[in-house]
Amino acid sequence: MDKTDMEKTLENRDLMERFSFASRFGLPRTIIAGFVLLLFIMAPIVGADLTMQVGNVINRFSWNAVLVLAMVPMIHSGCSLNFGIPLGIIAGLLGGTLAIQLGATGPVSFFIAILLATPFALLLGGGYGWLLNRIKGGEMMIATYVGLASIAFMCMMWLLLPYTSPTMVWGLSGKGLRTTISLDGFYGGALANFLAIPIDPANGLYFPTGAILFFALLAFGMWAFLHTKTGTAMTAVGSNPLFARASGINVDKMRLLSVIMSTWLGAVGILVYQQGFGFMQLYMAPNNMTLPTVAAILIGGAAVNKATIPHVIIGTILYQSVVTLTPTVMTAMIHMDVSEVVRIIISNGMIVYALTRKVKGGSR
Amino acid sequence: MENNNAPLLEMRNIKKDFFGNQVLSDINITLGPGEVLGLVGENGAGKSTLMKILFGMDVIRETGGYEGEIRLNGQVVKFATPFEALAAGIGMVHQEFSLIPGFTAAENILLNREPTKPNIVSQVFGPRLDTLDYKAISQRADQAIDKMGVKISGDMVISDMPVGHKQFTEIARELSKDQLKLLILDEPTAVLTEKEAEALLTSIRNMSAQGISVIFITHRLHEILSVCNTVVVMRDGYVVKEAPAKELDVQEITRWMVGRNVESAAAAEVRELPDAKTIMSIRKLWVDMPGETVRNIDLDIKEGEILGIGGLAGQGKLGIPNGIMGLYEAGGTVEFEGKPIPLNSPRKCLDASLAFVSEDRRGVGLLLDESLEWNVAFGAMQIQNKFLKKFGLFTWRDERAIRAVTDKYIDELKIKCTGSRQKAKELSGGNQQKVCLAKAFALQPKFLFVSEPTRGIDVGAKALVLEALKRFNREFGVTVVVISSELEELRQCCDRIAIVSGGRVAGILPATESSEAFGTLMVSQVV
Repeated sequence: MDKTDMEKTLENRDLMERFSFASRFGLPRTIIAGFVLLLFIMAPIVGADLTMQVGNVINRFSWNAVLVLAMVPMIHSGCSLNFGIPLGIIAGLLGGTLAIQLGATGPVSFFIAILLATPFALLLGGGYGWLLNRIKGGEMMIATYVGLASIAFMCMMWLLLPYTSPTMVWGLSGKGLRTTISLDGFYGGALANFLAIPIDPANGLYFPTGAILFFALLAFGMWAFLHTKTGTAMTAVGSNPLFARASGINVDKMRLLSVIMSTWLGAVGILVYQQGFGFMQLYMAPNNMTLPTVAAILIGGAAVNKATIPHVIIGTILYQSVVTLTPTVMTAMIHMDVSEVVRIIISNGMIVYALTRKVKGGSR
Repeated sequence: MENNNAPLLEMRNIKKDFFGNQVLSDINITLGPGEVLGLVGENGAGKSTLMKILFGMDVIRETGGYEGEIRLNGQVVKFATPFEALAAGIGMVHQEFSLIPGFTAAENILLNREPTKPNIVSQVFGPRLDTLDYKAISQRADQAIDKMGVKISGDMVISDMPVGHKQFTEIARELSKDQLKLLILDEPTAVLTEKEAEALLTSIRNMSAQGISVIFITHRLHEILSVCNTVVVMRDGYVVKEAPAKELDVQEITRWMVGRNVESAAAAEVRELPDAKTIMSIRKLWVDMPGETVRNIDLDIKEGEILGIGGLAGQGKLGIPNGIMGLYEAGGTVEFEGKPIPLNSPRKCLDASLAFVSEDRRGVGLLLDESLEWNVAFGAMQIQNKFLKKFGLFTWRDERAIRAVTDKYIDELKIKCTGSRQKAKELSGGNQQKVCLAKAFALQPKFLFVSEPTRGIDVGAKALVLEALKRFNREFGVTVVVISSELEELRQCCDRIAIVSGGRVAGILPATESSEAFGTLMVSQVV
C-alpha cells in the first residue's frame, strides 16, 4: 500500500465519521431531540395550542439559559459539572434581596442586584474554588455537598439577617424573609419586557427580546473568553492538567478563576430567572435549580470536561421543551399529571449517563 | 486428537479490515513446536492486529471478525474470547502491563489459579472458599521465575518494582501455566535495559528448549536475530519477507520493513567544542522522581552541543530533565547562562527559554483530546504570547497563524495525519512524538531537553526524529540534551555522552568511545 492508498483510507474514515450521525450528535441528544419532536407533533393532535407551547419554550429558555451557561467555565477547567451552583444562586439572592432592601425599584434594580451580588459571588466562588483545588478528582461529590450545606446555612440566615423591607419580610412578625417574594415593581420582567414582541398578547405571551439579548451578550463574552490566551489555558487545564503544568500554567489559579466565573454566572443566572419568573424564591428553592441545569447542558451534548456555547443553547431548548410540553401532551392523553416524573427521570437519567461516560485522561 | 505431523500453529489467508480499511491481507504463518518466530514491522504494519486475532480479543469480533483460518495442532480454531485462547495453551504478554499494583509478584503470577487448601467453611460451601496456600503460591511463582533465569523476589509488591521486573512478572505469569504451548511477546523489551533484555532473550531460548513456541514482536532487530528461528517481516498488512534468521542481517530486515534503504546512520560527525562556553551548569542536583531518583549530579553543558545522557533504567537519568524543568521536586543549583534557574517552577524555566520534550508523551506531552494545532501552538502562546492578535478589547487566538505554524511542522517533520485539526490521540506513537517535538520547536528555545525521544516508535520515525533534532541543533545553534536508554541512538546523534549511574554522573565520554567503555560506566555505581 503506497502513500496515496494510505491517504485514501484516511479520507474514507474521515467521511464515515462525518456520516455516522449518532456518534457526532450524541445518542442521548438524538433520543431527547426525537422525543421533543414527537411532543411537538402530538401537541396539536391532543388539542394544545402550538403557538402557546412554542412561546412558553422560548420564555423558559430565556429564564434558564444563563444558569446553564454557568456550567461552562468549570467544565472547561476540568472541575466537572458545577453541582455547587446553589452557591452562585445564593450570591444572586443576596444581591436581589439587598437591592430591594436598599430601595431600588424598576428595571434598574436588576443591574443594581447584579452589582451587589458580584462581591458575594467572588468571595463565595473563591472559597469554593480553594476547596475544589484541595480535592481534585472528587469535585462533583464535594460540589454537591457544598451546594446542600450552603442552602441549609442560608435557610437560617434568611430568617436571621436584619432585612426590614416590608415587601420581603413576614407580615406578622416584621422580620425574617418570606419564602416567595413578588418582584412586581422591582426587577420582574426587567429584561423580558425590553423590546418585547407580542406573540399572543391575549394570553400574556411575548417574545422576551431583552432577556434573549442579555443571554446572547453573556454567551458571546464566554465564547470570546475561551478564545483568549487565558481561556485557552483554562481549556488545556481541563484537557490535561499535567500538560498544562509542564507548559508553565498555574493549574490551581486557572481552576480557581473558572470556579469564580461559574459562581458569578450562577448569581446572574438566578437574577435572570427571577426577572422572567416574576418571583424570588428563597430557602430550599436553590436546590431545585441544580439538577435541571446540569441535565440541560448534558442533553446539549456536553461531556464532563467538554462544553461549548451550542451545547448550552441546544441543551436548554431541548430540556425546557420536554418540561413544558410533557404536561400538556401527557395530561391530555392520559389525564394524569406526570410532568414532574418525566422531569426527574430526564434530569437524573442524563446525569447518570454522563457520569458513566466520563473518560479518564490519557486512555484511548 | 493431536496430529504430530501438523505444525503447532498455522495461520492461513488471514484477512482483516477495520471499516473498509484493509489492515491485514493474506497472512500465512506456520510455527512448529519449540520454534521462535520473530515478527517485525513498522508501527501500524499489522503485527498487533494479527496477534489480537490469534488471541481472540474482543475488538476483533466487535469490528466484524476476520477472514481465513487458524489451525492449532491441525485443528481449526476460532477463539471468541481470550479465555478460550488461554485454555488452548496460548499465552500473551501485552505491551501494557496488566498487573495489580498492590499485590506481590507471586500473587500476580498465580492470580485466580492459586493453589488452595480446603478448610472447614469450604468443606461446607464448596471450593470457592478454600484458603490460599501461600507457601505453594510462592513456590510455583519461584519456579516460573526460575524458568526465565532472572532474579525477582516473589514477595515484592508490583508498585515498588522497576518496569523491567514488572515485565518479567508478566512473562512469569504465562510461564506458570502448565498447558502453555505458545507464548506471544508483544514488544517485551521496549521498556527493558540492555542487561534485562539479554536476560529475557536467554529465557526465551530456555522456553524454546522446553518445547514452548514463542512469537516475539520487537523493534530491536538484533534481538530477533539472536533468538529467533524464523523472521517474518510485515509491512502495511502484508507479509513481505519470511526467512530463517540465519539468512538475514539487520540491514536487510530494515530494508524489508520500511521498503526503502535506511542509511545505517553512521556515527554522526562528532564535534569537539573546546571553545564553547558553558551554557548550563548543574551542581548538587537531587530530584525526587519515583523510580528515577537523582542523588547528586554535577554536570556542565556546553553551548551548541548535543549532549547525550545515558544509563540503565531506574538510575536517575530521566530525573534530571524532569527535576530541572520543575515537574518533580528537586534541589541543588542550576545556572543557565550565568543566572540561577529557580527549581520547582516550570514557568520560570520556560521563561528562561528552556524547553522539554517529556518521555511521558501521552501523560505530560500532549493534549490528547485537542487538535494538533493546539498541541503545537499552546506552549508558545502561553509563554511567549505568540499566535495572538488584538481584536478591539480582546486578545484572541490567531487561528490562521496557528494553522500556518502547525502545517509547517507537519510538513517538516512528516507528521502523518488527516490535517492540522486532527486530534492528537488519533495519531500513532511515532507521529505523536513528532508533535511533541514540534511543540518544543515552536517555542524556539535556546536549550532543549529531549527525554526518550524514540521510545516505542518504529525505525523510520526514529531516524526522522533524530535527524530533526540534529538539524534543529545545527541550524539554530540550540543546545540539545538527549536522554535515552538506547546507547546506539545517543552515539548516532550526540557529541558527548554522560552516563548516569546510581543517581550520579559516572563519567562523560565522547560519542566515538567504544560501547564497552560506556557499559563499564553504566554499571559502575548501580544501586
